[in-house]
Amino acid sequence: MKLQEYQSKLLFAQRGIPIPKGKVAATAQEARDIADELGGRVVIKSQVLVGGRGKAGGIKLAKSANEAEDLAAQILGMTIKGLPVRKVLVDEAADIKKEIYLGVTNDRAARKPVMICSSEGGVEIEEVARTDPGKIIREHIDPLMGLRDYQARNIALGIGLARDYWKQFGQIAGALYQTYVDTDATLAEINPLVITGDKRLVALDGKIVLDDNALYRHADLAEMRDLDEESPQETEARKYGLSYVKLDGEIGCMVNGAGLAMGTMDIVKFFGGNPANFLDIGGGAQADKVTAALRIILSDLKVRAVLINIFGGITRCDEVARGILSALKEVNTKVPMVVRLVGTNEEEGRRLLADANMITATSLADAAQKAVKAAKG
Amino acid sequence: MSILVNKDTRLVVQGITGREGMFHTQQMIAYGTKVVAGVTPGKGGEWAAGVPVFDTVKAAVDSTGANCTIQFVPARFAPDALYEAADAGIPLIVSITENMPVQDMMKVRNYLDRKGVRLVGPNCPGLLTPGEAKVGIIPGHVARPGHVGIVARSGTLTYEVIHALSLRGMGQSTCVGIGGDPVNGLNFIDVLEMFNGDPHTDKVVMIGEIGGTDEEKAAAYIADKMRKPVAAFIAGQTAPPGKRMGHAGAIIEGGSGLAADKIKALEAARVKVARHPEEIPDLLM
Repeated sequence: MKLQEYQSKLLFAQRGIPIPKGKVAATAQEARDIADELGGRVVIKSQVLVGGRGKAGGIKLAKSANEAEDLAAQILGMTIKGLPVRKVLVDEAADIKKEIYLGVTNDRAARKPVMICSSEGGVEIEEVARTDPGKIIREHIDPLMGLRDYQARNIALGIGLARDYWKQFGQIAGALYQTYVDTDATLAEINPLVITGDKRLVALDGKIVLDDNALYRHADLAEMRDLDEESPQETEARKYGLSYVKLDGEIGCMVNGAGLAMGTMDIVKFFGGNPANFLDIGGGAQADKVTAALRIILSDLKVRAVLINIFGGITRCDEVARGILSALKEVNTKVPMVVRLVGTNEEEGRRLLADANMITATSLADAAQKAVKAAKG
Repeated sequence: MSILVNKDTRLVVQGITGREGMFHTQQMIAYGTKVVAGVTPGKGGEWAAGVPVFDTVKAAVDSTGANCTIQFVPARFAPDALYEAADAGIPLIVSITENMPVQDMMKVRNYLDRKGVRLVGPNCPGLLTPGEAKVGIIPGHVARPGHVGIVARSGTLTYEVIHALSLRGMGQSTCVGIGGDPVNGLNFIDVLEMFNGDPHTDKVVMIGEIGGTDEEKAAAYIADKMRKPVAAFIAGQTAPPGKRMGHAGAIIEGGSGLAADKIKALEAARVKVARHPEEIPDLLM
């Protein structure tokens, strides 16, 4: 789950990272009032969870409160990469002398957090990695020890930061790592971290991505979720503990297990179809979960056929069959369904579905081919 | 004829009195696994599934000589269970637990490495040496004893491949589910090395998926060191970038972790890559 810029920067500020003075606004009038209060030039920044806001015209500089109101009205009406702008951040404009990139993320290969820094801030770090990889400094952090001061100095030296700034930089690096730990982030990033005309380091932009698996211990952060980021089906699926990702195809897939769900999508494509979604009902799913899953799949009107592939281990085929029957009562659909049940209680599952007018399959290849054929009508 | 677990493995079950723990303990015993102890804090002295329950892993090890543990423990208690097992001197831990925060796992993995403890998982179906021992949740009846080693990031996809192999009369030496999390214990190379040295494994099946670069590293190992034929399947060829496909580790990030790159690396290492899971047996013929 991603946090908005203003939320990320607030979490940084709480741990001592300097950020610009500013507030978030939902209307042009509010933006005007904030600009008035701040005085001087302000930056109006759209709060949407996509990269490239600036290029899309979602970040503008205003010289007066009047202009701030006009620009905020413009930006609040925008849609950036499919996401509506509902809020803008009004920040005092900074006097920028230099831009730095500073981030902490999980290095899955090293099994450690890594702090990444570059003297080329203000552009995406992936871009710097492609064009000028020598400009990126990486420092791995022992998760049992945390970031040490000497490591922050290694980084400062690595990017050629003047000694005058080392103390400020060390405090910011330490606070950034602390934010990453406190929030169970998978990414905490300041881009850019700027050096101002009066020789201060300030976090102009911030981004935090949280680990969904850790949200149980961060109720306050979980509430910050932006529902615009996901499709309504994805929100509904999350409520039932289902893993669902919407895709563009015509064959709805309901599978147990993430790997098998991906494998099922792949085999649908292999036989000439296109998967409409990824859906993992999880291990040991009961009938109510299966009902919700089928309802969610069928709410996608592009779906022309549904492929249900269950390899019962913990999951019992008869439970799945009961879920399918109860969903069919509820949704009353004409979309053809192909079912393959293998494993725990498969006979009972098949018997339950015998009268339900479904297409049955034995192998995965057989199921996929039948689903592709059914979708073509 | 196996790696990691066999008929002599003495297993302790952490979380034995929970719903999943109890069910799978019964399944493992029915399969023939030597389950010597269970651990549930606060329930020491009781019996579960005919097995004595202890309050601590240390007490279980001291009383029964257990040398392997399997954990059916919810994510919020899992780090503690892992540290406890490592400190009790257990050399092999299998963690079934799903949804563990990555930062917890990074700490655990770094701690276990220092102790020299082997971890399988988390978020995995565990280990199965057909005909000898099952330390996990893989449905035992689909497997047959034989000489194909299987290593996989996904659970149900493993069952699918075991099923396809067994239907064609190709038995398995050991099936190893290494789990779908971004930070875990044993990786592909660790397990490939073990199969390489196991006289009872003739061929190996490797089941990977999108996310990370472990499959590419495994390909380099195979090209360099592997003396046995390997067939592979990579799940997620149709997965969109930036979206997590169920497994926390299954995500294409910044152009890295693509199925196409993994398949290319494996094919360059002369691994036969299946276009779909049921094609695997053909590639081993």
